[in-house]
Amino acid sequence: MNFLELTKVDMEFPTPKGTFKALDCVDLNIAEGEFVSLIGHSGCGKSTVLNIVAGLYEATKGGVILEGKEVNEPGPERAVVFQNHSLLPWLTAYQNVELAVNTVFSKTKSKAEIKDWIEHNLELVHMSHAMHKRPDEISGGMKQRVGIARALAMQPKVLLMDEPFGALDALTRAHLQDSVMEIQNKLGNTIIMITHDVDEAVLLSDRIVMMTNGPAATIGEILKVELERPRDRLALADNPEYNHYRSEVLRFLYEKQRKVEPISSAKKESGDKESKVA
Amino acid sequence: MSISAVLQQPLKPFIKIAKEGVSKDDAVSLFKALSLPILGLAIFLLLWQVAAQNIVTSLGNFPGPGEVYNQASNLVEEHRVEREAVQKKYERQRERNEKKLAKNPDAQVKWREYKSRITFFDQIGTSLITVLCGFILASLIAIPIGIVIGLSASSYQAINPIIQILKPVSPLAWLPLVTMVVSAVYVSDDPAFSKSFIVSMITVSLCCLWPTMINTAVGVAGVSQDLLNVSKVLRLNWFTHVKKIVLPSAIPLMFTGLRLSLGIAWMVLIAAEMLAQNPGLGKFVWDEFQNGSSNSLGRIMVAILVIGFIGFILDRLMLMLQKIVNWDKNAVVR
Ligand SMILES: Nc1ncnc2c1ncn2[C@@H]1O[C@H](COP(=O)(O)OP(=O)(O)OP(=O)(O)O)[C@@H](O)[C@H]1O
Ligand SMILES: [Mg+2]
Repeated sequence: MNFLELTKVDMEFPTPKGTFKALDCVDLNIAEGEFVSLIGHSGCGKSTVLNIVAGLYEATKGGVILEGKEVNEPGPERAVVFQNHSLLPWLTAYQNVELAVNTVFSKTKSKAEIKDWIEHNLELVHMSHAMHKRPDEISGGMKQRVGIARALAMQPKVLLMDEPFGALDALTRAHLQDSVMEIQNKLGNTIIMITHDVDEAVLLSDRIVMMTNGPAATIGEILKVELERPRDRLALADNPEYNHYRSEVLRFLYEKQRKVEPISSAKKESGDKESKVA
Repeated sequence: MSISAVLQQPLKPFIKIAKEGVSKDDAVSLFKALSLPILGLAIFLLLWQVAAQNIVTSLGNFPGPGEVYNQASNLVEEHRVEREAVQKKYERQRERNEKKLAKNPDAQVKWREYKSRITFFDQIGTSLITVLCGFILASLIAIPIGIVIGLSASSYQAINPIIQILKPVSPLAWLPLVTMVVSAVYVSDDPAFSKSFIVSMITVSLCCLWPTMINTAVGVAGVSQDLLNVSKVLRLNWFTHVKKIVLPSAIPLMFTGLRLSLGIAWMVLIAAEMLAQNPGLGKFVWDEFQNGSSNSLGRIMVAILVIGFIGFILDRLMLMLQKIVNWDKNAVVR
């Protein structure tokens, strides 16, 4: 039995123009402690897959089974790191994590233990120095780290991350990637991460799940990344194996699933608009 | 922002100068901060004076600024005299009784209570208390209802038509009904509150419920989907969800509503007092109008200015409260 199973997941959204089939027959098995990346072009349905695993969406057909139990509602054992951090702006970093810890551990941990646990998790993401600042007082990277600390503090069975570093600059992103690798190495979490970044996918993942373009997107290929851990980005830069994985993913994205962007028609449309304005 | 910081904000240029001495920039900003409002006021007073001289009523000229100032001093003086008179009565009573007791320690002495006549300032006090009670009562009703209809779309659909129909009703239309109902229901031998107070308060509440209710509902319904997802993933129970996520998100709009409500409450109260002859500033204005002495118009003008000023202060107080409570310290509230 697999740790996490997605079985023949279909997803249809009702829209004013009729139903829109976003996912078609997504089948995926994930082992405990595995780090899986989802990669694919924008709008193909990556977030939809993640939201179904999180329980925020309900699959139209098929379903998700975690440790032999069907997933049918959201819960802290499937913590989510949201794309735009989603911290509560009126709470400090500490209080944001506290809210999560209190709801998960209020019965099993004492007050002092809860405090230690919150501080420990903020320490993990190197945020101890700014724990009592509010989201609007810290940088984007720091917010994202608090978001990760909040998710980690729930001790989830699966950690779901939706483009966690998408909005960050390259340096901060590299830094956070290292943090996540370090934490996963230490805690052995099972992680599903959505990304647009090929390097990020290869560097962090055990497997890269490549999705075809929507509508009715499904899994195109799965690439197993057998690089030794711990991985070091500098050493890997010249590693032929690493570059092979990289080009595999690139080939999938830009040859096999080339997004047929209607650039010419888009141009025409904007041209039309301009002429209308004039 | 702390309370003192909020209080100090309008005085910032002055405080800075007091602390650091005058620099050129400060001098300019101070000059602007002082001169423009003063200029505006001067022009207004001038126009007022000119207009007043040209409006002749059956009670004489329309009161100009000078006349209004005189009447204001009169009102202060009347208040002082009245209070002194009562004070004197009490003193005389005390002396009388002490003499009696000195003669015969077992004598029965009477301690009577003297009531002063109701002055302008008593009316201000009554109005303020009434408006605050009415406003608080309305808020206590409107905020919970707002939260409920904001959270549940079906309850919103059920209640919205009622709100939309009741919202535009003028206070004057409510007044007769409220008066009759209060007279019928609120019967007690030793009432803690006078009937007129209850009538004014309820009328005020009925009219100022709506902005708070609607704005709270809109704020509650507008909680961002991301935060709702956080709440779902954490499986927050209903109470924590409302307390930690919904209410803080709704606070900015809720306060917008509260400020609108307080403004309406103050306007409605004056009208209700006038119509129902319930004690307060409205009654003062009406009494002066009925009086028809040569001073009346001036005194009414004083009352109008006081009403405006109090309305302004009430709004500033709410704004201050809003700044203290608001978590978004960067938000521009005005
Ligand atoms: N609630 C919804 N209602 C209708 N259509 C939806 C809904 N959510 C997603 N879709 C559609 O489903 C498709 C997949 O969306 P999804 O957000 O999963 O894409 P994505 O791969 O995460 O894209 P991106 O990389 O830009 O975040 C899109 O075409 C989108 O328009
Ligand atoms: Mg997405």
